[in-house]
Formats: sequence, C-alpha cells, structure tokens
Amino acid sequence: MENRSLVTIADHSKQKILYMIEMAKQFEKHPNSKLLEGKVVATLFFEPSTRTRLSFETAANRLGARVIGFSDPKATSSSKGETLKDTIKMVSNYADIIVMRHYLEGAARYASEVTNIPIVNAGDGSNQHPSQTMLDLYSIYKTQDTLENLNIFLVGDLKYGRTVHSLLMAMRHFNPTFHFIAPDELKMPEEYKIYCREQGINYVEHTDFTEEIIADADILYMTRVQRERFTDLMEYERVKNVYILRNKMLDQTRPNLCILHPLPRVNEIAYDVDENPKAYYFQQAQNGVYAREAILCDVLGITLDQVKEVLS
Amino acid sequence: MSKKKQELQVAALENGTVIDHIPSENLFTVVSLLGLEHMGNNITIGFNLKSKKLGKKGIIKIADKFFCDEEINRIAVVAPFVKLNIIRDYEVVEKREVSLPDELRGIVKCANPNCITNNEPMPTLFHVVDKDKCVIRCCYCEKEQTRDEIEII
Repeated sequence: MENRSLVTIADHSKQKILYMIEMAKQFEKHPNSKLLEGKVVATLFFEPSTRTRLSFETAANRLGARVIGFSDPKATSSSKGETLKDTIKMVSNYADIIVMRHYLEGAARYASEVTNIPIVNAGDGSNQHPSQTMLDLYSIYKTQDTLENLNIFLVGDLKYGRTVHSLLMAMRHFNPTFHFIAPDELKMPEEYKIYCREQGINYVEHTDFTEEIIADADILYMTRVQRERFTDLMEYERVKNVYILRNKMLDQTRPNLCILHPLPRVNEIAYDVDENPKAYYFQQAQNGVYAREAILCDVLGITLDQVKEVLS
Repeated sequence: MSKKKQELQVAALENGTVIDHIPSENLFTVVSLLGLEHMGNNITIGFNLKSKKLGKKGIIKIADKFFCDEEINRIAVVAPFVKLNIIRDYEVVEKREVSLPDELRGIVKCANPNCITNNEPMPTLFHVVDKDKCVIRCCYCEKEQTRDEIEII
C-alpha cells in the first residue's frame, strides 16, 4: 500500500507545493465541510505543543472528523515503557490518521514505517516540522501573490531554528534571495550554506539588524533568540536587544513587506509592530488551519478536484 | 624462510576466500560483521601480522566460503582497503576490493543520542552520501556522520 504520510517537506516537488497551496486556498474560502465525516484523527503529542495541536484539531473538526489523542505523554502507556512502535500499532487500529509530535528525531519516519495509516509529522525533535513550513509557504504566497524571486530575510536563531531550515529547503524551487541575520553564535550552519550553493540559492549574511539592511525585504521572518542556546552568556547579554524588530524600523521598507513569526513571540517583535499592516504573524497562525486541512485531506488521498467539487 | 612460511599460511586454502590487509584494530569487528563466529567452516585468523602498508594487519582465511557483494561490502565501513583473494583449487582466481554499499542497515550506531534509533528496539539505516569520504546520513534523524564518528553496533 502506498504510504501517503507527511514526514518531511523535502519530499515535496515544486508542483506538489503549489498544489497544496491551491488546496489550502479552497479551505480558506470554505473552512467548514464534511469532507472527513466519519473519520477519526488521532493527535499523539509526546511533547507538549499547544499551538500546533489546537491548529490540527481545529482543522480536523472543521472537516467534520472526530479527534482522539493525548497532549501529555505522562498519562499514557509510553510512560510505562511501551515502545513507540506498539503505541502507533495500537492507535492505528482506532484512527484513520495519526498526527504526531515527538521529542526524538526520526520518530515520524519510523512511525510511518510501522503502520499502514498515514502519519502526519507535527514536529520530530529538532528535525522536521512540515506543516509549519506549509503554512509559512501559504502565508508567503498569499501576501506576495507568488513564491518566485522573493527577498527573504531570516532573523534571529538561524542555528537551531528548525522552521527556517525547512523553509529554506522548500523555497529552493522558487529562486529566492535569502538574507541571514543572526549573532555569530547562532549563524546559519555551514551545511545549509553548502545546500544553498549546491541549489544555486543566493544568500547574504549579516550580523547587524537595521532599517537599512531590511529595506528591500519582501518577507521578514523573525525567530526567537533564546538564552539557553548561548554557551557564552556575555554574548547573549550583548546581542539580546539587537535582534528586536521595532515599528520605527519599518518606515522605509517595501509596501509589500510581510512580517512572519512561527510564534510564540517573547520580545523579538516589539508590541508596537502589531498594529502595523505589515505585521502578519497572527494571520499566519490562522493560515495554519487551512494548510493543515489540506494536509489531512491529502494524506487520506482526497484530491484537489474532489475538494473543489465538495466545497463548490 | 620466514617469508616462505607466511606465504604457505596464506596459500594453504584449497577453496575459499582470503581477506587480507585488515587493519589489526578492526580485525575482530570484521569477524563479527561477517558473522564468522557462527560459521562451521574451517577459518584461520591471523592477528598482528607484519605489514609494510599498515604496520600491523589482520588476515582471515575462510575455507569453502565465497561472499556475495552485499555480504562483504559491509566491512568497508571499518576496513575500506582490504584485498580479497578468491581461491579455487589452491589458485588465486580472482582479486577483489570492497566498496561502501549505498545503504548500511543494522551495522552502524547513529551518533545522535536524540535519534529514534537509539531509543527504540529497531535496526538503524544509513544512506551513504559520499563513498570516498565515507559520509553517511541517518535515514531517520537525517544527521550526517563521517568515518571517525562511526561506531559499529
């Protein structure tokens, strides 16, 4: 049986990404339907992630599916020493899809190998988080009307930030120019710069985060600079206020500029930015529901044509 | 005289395979990778023999055993420069080398402690990214590792 699981966005071709965006667009127009009526979606969160879980569960509910699952593995049999394989096999008997967040890298790939029902990776350790990437792509597409030839500025923790790595890889099809803005300790890892060179992706690195540098940005993707990532806390104290976006920095930016953030935000975007029309991070989170509705349908083999027919 | 003796040791197979130029420190890893301890064949293992190339080397002679590529290539992880001599009727009929296969299943431990393979009872699986430099990538956590980091299970 063909396994339609979504483990990593790297598996998606350009055509498939555009197809998924088109499907998400349909769900934005008609979020509520009975496409998944009679289906059961299991959300297994071995690591807490309120935002991602609520977004997936909202998507499932809006499609008419029923949701089972857990958000705290302490209350489950895995705390009694059950293997992941056994948990997945057991839940496979109950549900039609498993949406899984796990603290170990590679857990989603493994889960997809031990069951016949589709697995949707909702984050596996520091490895992949494809539904986040899908909603980022959808948000970029929606605000720019295209994914092609954009100037994308990634700001903050580019070393450990899983979302920026996945976004970078998914954008390889669309001729972007990336600007990496990060403190030395959290620079974009060499392996991703090698990847850019192999794929012919242009990139520029900066350590300063100023009005002038972001003047020609189409997308400003902010991430959180976390204290616990620093080996040198002096360095943290020195840079912690450097990578904060303030409203006055946006005066000279392009009119089409769109500010994204995977959330939760702590202080890296000042609150005075929220009222700026270029701030898009809350709509971005809303887009997550549409992107995830598309993902749930796609892994069950429901095509764009079928979605259009039912929603029209 | 001593040279002759050593040649005799190596040449004394009627039929089978001689694996030569195994780095001494990896000899017993090669033995276990090939599962020799479970074989009933007549096997001679030479350890810490003198070698011009390696200083000290190991050598394994297995009577009446001819490996297929898949069986033998797994040792390329720890012994990339071994020479295989295939012996039939006391003659070397074929000389071969080993090369890394495209995939390594159940041989190498993933260096990432947060990888699922280190936390579940399951075999590891690696794609070989660069055969010459021996760069492998875990199919699960997607982290790469090189020869120096490789630990055999």
